[in-house]
Amino acid sequence: MTMQTQTSSKATIGAATLVAMIGIAIMVVTGHVQAATLHDAAHDVRHATGFPCH
Amino acid sequence: MFTRLLTSGLFAGAAAGLLTALLQLWFVQPVLLHAELYEGGDLVHFGVDSIVPAAQELPGFDPIRDGLSIVFTMLIYCGYALVLTALMSVAEGQGAQINARTGLLWGLAGFVAVHFAPGFSLAPEVPGVAAADVTVRQVWWFITVAMAAGAMWLIAFGSNWAAWIGAAVLLLAPHVYGAPEPEVFSGPVPTELGALFAARALGIGMVAWALVGTFAGYFWSRGVGASEQSQTA
Repeated sequence: MTMQTQTSSKATIGAATLVAMIGIAIMVVTGHVQAATLHDAAHDVRHATGFPCH
Repeated sequence: MFTRLLTSGLFAGAAAGLLTALLQLWFVQPVLLHAELYEGGDLVHFGVDSIVPAAQELPGFDPIRDGLSIVFTMLIYCGYALVLTALMSVAEGQGAQINARTGLLWGLAGFVAVHFAPGFSLAPEVPGVAAADVTVRQVWWFITVAMAAGAMWLIAFGSNWAAWIGAAVLLLAPHVYGAPEPEVFSGPVPTELGALFAARALGIGMVAWALVGTFAGYFWSRGVGASEQSQTA
């Protein structure tokens, strides 16, 4: 029982870490990468969301 | 577990992002477009004797520009919601209760960490203001957000004074160190517009985070995306 709980807790942490990393990656690409096309498309949102823009 | 996290996060982020995008277009975008008239030199305002009318005719809804803004707002809040849902699942594993009501508190903590803490020294910038190099500001932004997020966790789940004092240190340190500042002020935009923009950006940011936290808590507690087996187990 204890071993099962430990395994499930480890699985939770693993899944949570992976999902959090996906979330951070989406936020970095849409909000912070300075590539011209991305910057232009996301320009207004970056300003309105308070990100350093240009 | 992975599917449930992804589904809850994406549902919450898309819903909160869509509402936030509409609020931004209504309340923030007109200030930004107004400032761009000064940034581009169509309007010039200096000194105490300015005769530029404060009310200007602004461009209306632009399907491509504003459509892209809606898509990108939804993406950014999906990113935030995924992180928030992941942290909620870890906290739940440690005994915290997660639902729409507690999700609201998570959202407000997220607002402080990601919007208010960096904005305290790097205020949301209207286009056309002077600012330090963007890379340096981004580095400061990420460090400040990480420290403030850690502080929020310590305030919420810490159980002694050491944790709470640690949180205060984490919150204050980036501002005591100082955010990157421009060498000279050269912005052509009236301060009235800059101040209104910062206030509106922070205000809508708070609403956005309240929504994303509430939705994330709601979808997570409802087990959206969980398989039949894990729901009954």
